[in-house]
Amino acid sequence: MTTIEPAKAEQDTAQQSALPSQRSTATRGTRTIGIVAVVALGWLVAFGLGFSPADRDQDESVRILYVHVPTIWLAYLAFVVTAVSSAMYLFSKKKSLGWDRAAGASAEIGVTFVAVTLAVGAMWGRLTWGVFWQWDARLTTTALLFVTYIGYLAVRRLGGSHEQRAKRSAVLGMIAVVEIPLVHFSVKMWRSLHQEATVANLDGDTKMDGLMLFSLFVGVIAFTLLYVWLMLHRTRSMAMEDLLEERGLDEALAVRRAEAAETATAATSAPPTATMKTGSDS
Amino acid sequence: MDDAGFILGSYFLTFATVALYAWRAVRSGRKVSQQVPDDEKYWL
Amino acid sequence: MITVACLIAAKDLRVERRSKIVTNQVLPFAGITMVSFAFALDKQNVLDTVAPGLVWLATMFSLLVIVQRTFAIETDDGALDAMRVAGVDPRAIFVGKAMALGFQLLVLEAMLFGAAVIFYGESIPSNNAFGSVVLLVTTMLSATCGLAAVGTLYGGLAAGFKGSETLLPLLTLPAVAPVLIGATKAVESAVGTSGAVVSEGWQWVGLLTLFAVAAVVGGALAFGPLIDD
Repeated sequence: MTTIEPAKAEQDTAQQSALPSQRSTATRGTRTIGIVAVVALGWLVAFGLGFSPADRDQDESVRILYVHVPTIWLAYLAFVVTAVSSAMYLFSKKKSLGWDRAAGASAEIGVTFVAVTLAVGAMWGRLTWGVFWQWDARLTTTALLFVTYIGYLAVRRLGGSHEQRAKRSAVLGMIAVVEIPLVHFSVKMWRSLHQEATVANLDGDTKMDGLMLFSLFVGVIAFTLLYVWLMLHRTRSMAMEDLLEERGLDEALAVRRAEAAETATAATSAPPTATMKTGSDS
Repeated sequence: MDDAGFILGSYFLTFATVALYAWRAVRSGRKVSQQVPDDEKYWL
Repeated sequence: MITVACLIAAKDLRVERRSKIVTNQVLPFAGITMVSFAFALDKQNVLDTVAPGLVWLATMFSLLVIVQRTFAIETDDGALDAMRVAGVDPRAIFVGKAMALGFQLLVLEAMLFGAAVIFYGESIPSNNAFGSVVLLVTTMLSATCGLAAVGTLYGGLAAGFKGSETLLPLLTLPAVAPVLIGATKAVESAVGTSGAVVSEGWQWVGLLTLFAVAAVVGGALAFGPLIDD
């Protein structure tokens, strides 16, 4: 009797310690960053919609730029991070999947930001130019950038092992960095040689006074913090997803081998000499 | 839509999209986090 | 490396000669695309102006189909894996398949230009006809190199995985946008659409050549890791 109870008690505590007490991807670090990001965003709204003055030429519509410009800058940052992480994965000796996950998470965030940029930009264009869209160099390239990275995300979901995913997306991540400037250059040539009648100055970079520049600065800081926060959460999440996938595969393999071993012992009276290779670590 | 509508709309769109993405990220993080034991979580 | 590439190109073309899939299916597809354009853009003067662009659009769509085909013959029986296991240099595979793809594309483009002459009333302007023809041929060659390289690269990337048929157009079309832009403009200069002259076309050929070089070099480098699983 006394021998059974401690064993059972041990089993219970063993089960309990296997259950995670940390039930999210948050830590003190992310909470801090998150709070500062929210405060900065609040500040941005206050300055963007309130304290900063209306532009001389663009009137109130310049306020849109305080969110529009940060989102596209962050998108560029995100895609650069994707390219660098892809390179780190491909060219490092260890080929840690952490780089691959960072590339993927950054691309996800980048795509979200580009989508927002295009939509908000269309609204700005409606106010400033009178049209939602223009086929000028910058807009066209941004639209193609968006589609290119949607393709990148689709490639990540093609299937296969994690290493295959990592290699394919890393190659694509680096190709995109070459592709985008080429596309931009071509579109610029396309648009500069046939000067269409433009509705207004397509530059969008108004002469900003001090307070306006400051509001923009706040916006960039706020969105950068947001980017870091999102990256931390997404990469941790993806690491766990990868782990669970591998676990699932290992378990399925173990079950299969157990079945095979059973049928082998059932078929022959001699014990099987199956050598168990440990997992799929490539 | 007048000017204010577009301006407020663009702020709303930006923040709503980001908030939605953030919420989904945290939610999927929680879901996976419950299945993975603590010692496998490299950030802790 | 070059000999192996030529062997692979020859193999692909031999497969095509025996199966005649591109000749019997893709060329008619390109033709019907040209006809569909005419249905959609009903006015003759519109067709005149956009004809060069339409030819290249039809080329792009057909490219997608041919690339699917060129990698289907590899993955269907594990031929690509067999080549790798046999120790074939992936760069040779890339160059070989790109050459075969390029050749088929050139045939396709020639047919499409012919169709444009017949259906859309395109013609080479009589003054400086030689210059126009030179521009036209150079455009076709440089554009085709770029298209073949990009097609082979992305075809190899997506080959054999679920969802690859729908993924390929999504990946390829943004990547070949420079070719579409450059080739259309160059051909417009060659045939004199909207008053363009031959001299304007050569800068676009420059763009196409730059793209082709980047695509071939980048593709050859990237192809190895992609099929090395």
